[in-house]
Amino acid sequence: MRHTISVLVENKAGVLARIANLFSARGYNIDSLAVGETEDQSISRMTIIARGDERIVEQIEKQLNKLVDVIKVSDFIQTEHLERDLVLVKVSTDKSTRSEILQIVDIFRAKIVDVAPTSVIIEMTGTEEKINAFVEIVRPFGVKEMVRTGIVAMARGSK
Amino acid sequence: MKKTGAQILMECLAKEKVEVVFGLPGGQILFTFDAMYHAPFKFILTRHEQGAAHMADGYARATGKPGVCIVTSGPGATNLVTGLATAYMDSIPMIAITGQVATSLIGNDAFQEADITGITRPVTKHNFLVKDVRDLARTVKEAFYIATSGRPGPVLIDFPSDVQKAETEFVYPTQADIRSYRPTVKGHPGQIKKAADMINKAEKPVLYIGGGVIISDAHTQILQLAEKAQLPVIWTLMGIGAFPTKHDLALGMVGMHGTYSANHATQKSDLIIAVGARFDDRVTGRVDKFAPGAKVIHIDIDPTSISKNVNVDIPIVGDAREILDELVKHVAKKTKLTVWHKQIETWKKDFPLTYKKDNQLRPQYVIEQIDEVTKGKAIITTEVGQNQMWSTQFFRYQRPRQFISSGGLGTMGFGFPAAIGAKLACPDAIVFDIAGDGSIQMNIQELATAVHNKIPVKIAILNNGYLGMVRQWQQLFYGKRYSGTVLDGNPDFVKLAESYGAVGIRVTKKSEVKAALLKAIKIDKPVILDFRVVPEENVFPFVPPGAALEELLQGVA
Ligand SMILES: Cc1ncc(C[n+]2csc(CCOP(=O)(O)OP(=O)(O)O)c2C)c(N)n1
Ligand SMILES: [Mg+2]
Repeated sequence: MRHTISVLVENKAGVLARIANLFSARGYNIDSLAVGETEDQSISRMTIIARGDERIVEQIEKQLNKLVDVIKVSDFIQTEHLERDLVLVKVSTDKSTRSEILQIVDIFRAKIVDVAPTSVIIEMTGTEEKINAFVEIVRPFGVKEMVRTGIVAMARGSK
Repeated sequence: MKKTGAQILMECLAKEKVEVVFGLPGGQILFTFDAMYHAPFKFILTRHEQGAAHMADGYARATGKPGVCIVTSGPGATNLVTGLATAYMDSIPMIAITGQVATSLIGNDAFQEADITGITRPVTKHNFLVKDVRDLARTVKEAFYIATSGRPGPVLIDFPSDVQKAETEFVYPTQADIRSYRPTVKGHPGQIKKAADMINKAEKPVLYIGGGVIISDAHTQILQLAEKAQLPVIWTLMGIGAFPTKHDLALGMVGMHGTYSANHATQKSDLIIAVGARFDDRVTGRVDKFAPGAKVIHIDIDPTSISKNVNVDIPIVGDAREILDELVKHVAKKTKLTVWHKQIETWKKDFPLTYKKDNQLRPQYVIEQIDEVTKGKAIITTEVGQNQMWSTQFFRYQRPRQFISSGGLGTMGFGFPAAIGAKLACPDAIVFDIAGDGSIQMNIQELATAVHNKIPVKIAILNNGYLGMVRQWQQLFYGKRYSGTVLDGNPDFVKLAESYGAVGIRVTKKSEVKAALLKAIKIDKPVILDFRVVPEENVFPFVPPGAALEELLQGVA
């Protein structure tokens, strides 16, 4: 099972290392990890995408909670929430492919953010699946470079 | 009035009522040592920082209060690592303070710089690098709070040299308030009632207790629960002393070198009530064959211990003592002895712990005699190996904090410095380190510490000329190929003791044991007893690796 775990942590030196340590020391796999400030500057939110059976994920969450700098751990598996990932892809272009690429960018509501003679950089935001689909479609044109932020998530509603 | 960081640290330690600090100085902690010159607590100079860590640990295990050590940066700090890992595995409260290069130099590979917060992250409950003297007092307060609350553990404070010298007003917070750290204490009342129901209905229950019972001071409640519900009691190595060994309901230690009755009772039980124990692999044996018919109630302050190795039916997170106080109220009083109790009695009678009772000097006999001559009252620390396992088997512990041993990490070299720490904590107790000839050489340098500070601990070396426990495995599983386990080149331990100004006594005959022990106890100095025991004696019972708990080998007599 894929779990989206949202973790509020103290915004302090060493916290990321503690969490990374925990995953490596206990042999847990993570698909992605994204960190950033929250509305409160002293707190960061980490969004972790982890896989494993219930027992492992439960252990991961308990172990995270046990870290002194972790304020709150929420598993979004039962919670309605939004997920977003952002990708920058540098795709090779030439005269013959440019318009086709533009069309794809349009359909996916992506954006061209940089143009060079033989390539463009495309920026796209979306769910993991949507980004994967997009990347697969532009891949045949030649992906020179790609970078993703990792997934961030937020629960829906007013809470 | 402004004070320096070093002075503030001393004031903080005094506020925390620290009685003794262990350590060894160096360049990056010099300023703090200077401030310590007039400190109100005792400072014990050790001969190795590992010794300081284990002494602080032994002090903590003997008292329940946090042990404190102070060392320099770089190699001083890295020398603490084994000691921290040992304390961490056994949930021992400890505060380690390490000197660090000046903040302006951190990250520059400065002389004697080590990233000690990075290095010790996996072996401490938490650690801090203090970069601003204004954070110091609060950090120390938090460190003590974290080390001693919830599931205790070691906390390290890295203290750069410029912060030691920087000045600020000293205000010690009255309490630590950490929004991200709020250990659960009270157990869930509904869960407690369910647990009581399950206990009342069980026909073949066992009460399985670990170090958590000692940490939370819940031994009285355990005794009440066991007696009220007539629960047979088994324990882990860390739980030794939490229940009196000679009690009718006591079965002994469970696991790889557990008693026949404890292991069989576990396997055939229909309910295991675990309190402050974590189903470690040395306890469960082969885990998929562990107690197949048993439901499990698990009381522990650390949620991560629950359902980690063994599935739990009723988890109760919280402080063992508080939970047991409630639980005892809800369990039904039983008086009748059942088939289950009779079965257990038979196991206890038919398969007691034993060894060959001939005229040779056997290690088990030495331990029985230590029990005898100290009337079961001595504090026993152990090293690791056969000496440790025999110490669990042949001394009948009566109270918590009487048995001090490295359980989780199994650290050779722990017992002797831990004995020094325990003796400082309990000056009126007789303190014995039951040692192996291998282990004792791992921190033998602390004899100087013991002699210099007049700490009259007794070391009983069960000298078998081998790294005995490893040799035992080689005998049983590797065709007696004693690869790397023969201790040729052992020193003359009697002369060694004498060269440090301690006393050495050699014992080669069974008939000399008692007199030698009595003599050692009378001498008001550290004493090494060099017991030349039967070299190839083995520890039994023994559950071979990969076997189920009831598949124990009975080797003897
Ligand atoms: C620091 C450390 N190194 C290695 C080991 C592995 N080990 C476990 S028991 C043992 C033998 C201990 O020998 P000794 O102290 O003579 O005790 P005996 O088993 O002979 O009683 C060894 C090497 C360990 N536990 N700790
Ligand atoms: Mg030996």
